Amino acid sequence: MTPSAFEFSFNRTAAMVRRYWYLLISSWPRLLDLIYWPAVQMLMWGFLQTYVAQNSGYFANAAGVFIGAVLLWDILFRGQLGFSISFLEEMWARNLGNLMMSPLRPAEFVSALMIMSIVRLSIGMIPVTFLAIAFFGFNLWSMGLALAAFFVNLILTSWAIGIFVAGLLLRNGLGAESMAWTIMFLFLPLTCVYYPVAVLPGWLQYVAWSLPPTYVFEGMRALLIDHVFRADLMLEALAFNVVLFALAVFAFLRLLASARTQGTLLQGAD
Amino acid sequence: MHLTPPAIAVEKLVKRYKTATAVDGISFQLPSGSITGLLGGNGAGKTTTIAMIMGLVSPTAGSVAVLGAQMPKQRYRVLHRMNFESPYVDMPMRLTVRQNLSVFAQLYGVADIAGRIAQLAADLDLTGFLDRPAGKLSAGQKTRVSLAKSLLNKPDVLLLDEPTASLDPDTADWVRSHLERYRVETSATILLASHNMNEVERMCERVIIMKKGRVEDDDTPARLLARYGRETLEDVFLDVARGRDREVMA
Repeated sequence: MTPSAFEFSFNRTAAMVRRYWYLLISSWPRLLDLIYWPAVQMLMWGFLQTYVAQNSGYFANAAGVFIGAVLLWDILFRGQLGFSISFLEEMWARNLGNLMMSPLRPAEFVSALMIMSIVRLSIGMIPVTFLAIAFFGFNLWSMGLALAAFFVNLILTSWAIGIFVAGLLLRNGLGAESMAWTIMFLFLPLTCVYYPVAVLPGWLQYVAWSLPPTYVFEGMRALLIDHVFRADLMLEALAFNVVLFALAVFAFLRLLASARTQGTLLQGAD
Repeated sequence: MHLTPPAIAVEKLVKRYKTATAVDGISFQLPSGSITGLLGGNGAGKTTTIAMIMGLVSPTAGSVAVLGAQMPKQRYRVLHRMNFESPYVDMPMRLTVRQNLSVFAQLYGVADIAGRIAQLAADLDLTGFLDRPAGKLSAGQKTRVSLAKSLLNKPDVLLLDEPTASLDPDTADWVRSHLERYRVETSATILLASHNMNEVERMCERVIIMKKGRVEDDDTPARLLARYGRETLEDVFLDVARGRDREVMA
C-alpha cells in the first residue's frame, strides 16, 4: 500500500513521545517548574478561601470552591501550555525542518504533543492535589466521576487551543511565541473560573456559554455548593469541544499549508 | 526501450514571495545514482530549490517530482526514502547524540536501530561522543552527527546543503570520501549545494549554477572549465556571479 498523509503510526508517535521524555528528564529545574506555579497558586487561593470562609456564611458553605476552581483552571491552562511548550521546543532547537521532512504525519506529531501535555500535567498537578488535601483538607479526587468529566472537557479545550497555537507558530515563526503563553488568559474572565456566569453582563453571557470550560466551572460550583452533578452541562461542554477541536484542526492544516507557501518551515531559506 | 525515470525532476519551477522571486522558472532532471552540485551565491535560490524538492516549500508554479512522487502533494510516498542535511536545522541540544539518532531512526522506521547507529558511529567516527549532549559538541562533530542522521534510513535521495562547511580540511575530505563511498555502495542520488568549489569539482559529475533564481549553466565540471577557459571551478563561478560572458571568456 502506498503511504499516505492519513496513515497513522504508533511507532512514530512513540518516537516523538520518547524524544520529549528525554528532554523533560534531562533538566530537573524544568521538572520542578512544572510543580512550582500550580503549588503557589493553590496555596494562595486556598489561604484566601480560608480567610473569606471565616468571614462569610456563603463561602463557609461552599468549602473548596476556590481551590477546586484553581485546580481545574490549572488543568486547562497547563494542559495547553504542556502541548505548546513541547511544540516550542522544536522551534527553539531548530528541529522543525528535520521533523517536517521525516515521514512523521501531522496527526502523529499532534498525538505525541497531546500525550506529553498529559505527562507534564500529571507531573505538575498530582503532587499539588495532595498538597491541597494536606493544607486545606480539599480532596479533588473525591469528585470521582465528575472529576473525570471535568478533566476530559478541560483537556480537550486545552488541546484545541494548543493545536491552533501550533498552527500560528508554524505560519508566523517564533514571532507568535507570546500567543502560546498568553492566549489561555483570555479564557480566564470569559469562562467564569472564580464566579458564576450570572455575574457577567447579559451579552457577555452568550460569549461565555459558547466556551466549553464555562460549563465545567459551572458544573464544579453545582457540585461543591449544591452537591449536584450536572451531567447535562458536561454533555453540552463536550458538544462545544467537538466543534472547537474540529475548528482548531482545520485552522492548523490551513496554517501549515500557508507555512509551506510562505516558506516558514525552513528557517533561513534564502 | 525501457527508460529509468529521473530520481528528481524539476520542471519550470517558480517560487515567488510577496516582494521577491526566489526561483524563476528552473528545469533540470537528476538521473538515479547521480551526484550533482548546485552552485550559486547567497540569494541565488539554492536553498529554496532544495526546500521545494524536500516538500517543505510549495512552488508558486511548475512542478517537482522525487522518485516519481509530486512534491509536496505526494510527499508521504517518498519521504521515508529521502533525507537531508542542512545548516539551517539543528538537532535538540539537550538530547545525547545516541538519543537523537535513535528517535530519528524510529521516525524513519529503521529496523535495527542500535545496529544502524553503531555502524554509522563507526563510519563517521562518532563513537567517542555518542552519549554526550548534542549541544556540547564542536561544530565539526555536530556536522558529522547531522550527516549520520541524514544517512540513518539509507536514503535513495540525499540532499546536502553545505555538508562540510564547518569541518577542518582533513575531516571534510574524510566526509567527502564517505559520501562518495555511500553513493557507490547504494546508487543513491545526491544533490549537493555548496560554496566549496574544490568539493564540487571533486565529487560532482554535473554542476548546476544558479543566479538570481535562474539556472545560469548546467554541465559537467570538465566541460564548464573548457567552455569558460578557466583552470578552476571557482573561476567559473566568479565569471558567472560577476556576469562575465562565457562566450567572450572562451
